[in-house]
Amino acid sequence: MEKLGTRDVYGQTLIKLGAENKDIVVLDADLSSSTRTAKFREKFPDRFFNMGVAEQDLMATAAGLAAAGKIPFASTFAIFATGRAWEQIRQTICLSSFNVKIVASHGGITVGEDGATHHSTEDIGLMRIIPNMTVIVPADGYEAISALEAAAKYYGPVYMRLSREKFPVIYKEGIDFQIGKAKIHSQGTDATIIACGIMVSLALNAQKSLKQEGIHAGVINMSTIKPLDTKSIKNAAETTKAIVTAEEHSIIGGLGSAVAECLGEEEPVYIERMGIKDKFGVSGKSDELMKEYNLTQEDIIRAVKNVIAKKESHINHINRKKVFIKSY
Amino acid sequence: MEEKIKHLENRAKEIRIDILKMLTKAGSGHTGGSLSAVEILTALYFSKMRHDPKNPKWEDRDRFILSKGHSAPVLYAILGKCGYFNTKEFLNLRKLGCILQGHPECARTPGVEVNSGSLGQGLSQGNGIALALRLDNKKARVYVLLGCGEVQEGQIWEAAMTSAHYNIDNLCAIMDYNALQIDGYVKDIMAIEPIKDKWKAFGWYVIEIDGHNFKEILTALDQAEKIKGKPTIIIAKTIKGKGVSFMEDKVGYHGVAPTEAELEKALKELE
Repeated sequence: MEKLGTRDVYGQTLIKLGAENKDIVVLDADLSSSTRTAKFREKFPDRFFNMGVAEQDLMATAAGLAAAGKIPFASTFAIFATGRAWEQIRQTICLSSFNVKIVASHGGITVGEDGATHHSTEDIGLMRIIPNMTVIVPADGYEAISALEAAAKYYGPVYMRLSREKFPVIYKEGIDFQIGKAKIHSQGTDATIIACGIMVSLALNAQKSLKQEGIHAGVINMSTIKPLDTKSIKNAAETTKAIVTAEEHSIIGGLGSAVAECLGEEEPVYIERMGIKDKFGVSGKSDELMKEYNLTQEDIIRAVKNVIAKKESHINHINRKKVFIKSY
Repeated sequence: MEEKIKHLENRAKEIRIDILKMLTKAGSGHTGGSLSAVEILTALYFSKMRHDPKNPKWEDRDRFILSKGHSAPVLYAILGKCGYFNTKEFLNLRKLGCILQGHPECARTPGVEVNSGSLGQGLSQGNGIALALRLDNKKARVYVLLGCGEVQEGQIWEAAMTSAHYNIDNLCAIMDYNALQIDGYVKDIMAIEPIKDKWKAFGWYVIEIDGHNFKEILTALDQAEKIKGKPTIIIAKTIKGKGVSFMEDKVGYHGVAPTEAELEKALKELE
């Protein structure tokens, strides 16, 4: 199975974007080898600013560069970018829609051994709640490249979550990416799995297994979490009447919450939210942690069966009621 | 020089009157810290800075950042007088639908460069603008006004390191040292002294002046422009509430607008 790191493609994509547009500048907070922005520094040292271990200064300086017409890409680990510097992002970047791209590596628990202090399980929620912000979580390396290119073309603040682990490749190079448009892999009849990031490839595997058992699940890659593709969610809910969301993030505030909000208003159906269940991470290997936090292919299969069972029990309940009313 | 200073002093008096009137009309806002910064902003906008109110986005303009964003009334009074917008807007300060928000917002007010109000973030923004200007080989300069309570924010010192590390000499910070913050005297709440030594230790060139003396302000601004290879800060000793006897050095006027009666009394002193 081919694997490609979303952070690994970031460095090379930055070089390409930087060559095309001299207004692109890059800032990092002493993690440039991990975030891969060091590659940009080697090529364009004058347009690279290492801010040291100072994330608040990093974000507000990026805002200043944007105020003077630059297109800053600001990078560090996801937890520090979105947690430590949240207010700077709100006040200096989003409030006036400054053209800053926050591209953070080490999202989620696949950060692994570094443990809870370095796991970013709230970043999607923290960024989604700020007005004017766009939130993107690519599902593989090739989608990350296309998403970075789209973010560079788009005017306005963007948060993109990349990962430490290499992801299995799903797409081909040059895959189309439009901000705010979900990728519908298949339209099921029994349930729909709406996933982002690493969970998309797991969802696709789960779908194949389920098919062998005669269960037809749709799979949607919701790589843009804001603005949310509510039309795709509504269609999926109308067709399958059962939704599973899957993300490497807290079930509070992230993709699961966004989808639940949409369903609640547009098309109420049963939903199972897979993610970190209101807990902190712990140290361990990333694959061990994905098991520990119930984020495996098998867990997706279980969630799909659960949500289908809920849906059917509800239908049975309604039918019983109808029979009861008739007989009464 | 004498004539220029006379002219600036008259301007400053008008600005003070506008500040007091707009705050009274708004019924809330920050009086003391607006009045302490009047001479600094008057010297910048009416003498030192290259800017064009008819073309607020002129690429070669000097930039001013009010990092102590709560002093928005002084910035609005100046921008209005310069012609960035109609001075009738003063009466809508802090009102629903107005262009003059409680704290500065660049997307709403012509002439405002960045958002401020949450303290400690303006120097970083100024550094970003200064770095961009340097990349583009622009001669324009960046001025950042800090409050003395504001330098208690840790981010100021992150940014202070950045300015020195990147030899940002097209930026000049000015500290409005009125020695008061909301809860009392700065020295009692969280002492910042020895502040000159702190800036020096962070790699800055430091100039100390009387922040109400135009000659000293203009001389310091010219001197700052000549300092190369490092950032400059002007520590401007000021009086909170300056110009209105019963507001001077009074902590009570930090975040409180004058009443109609106080306004009348204040205007008598100024006019």
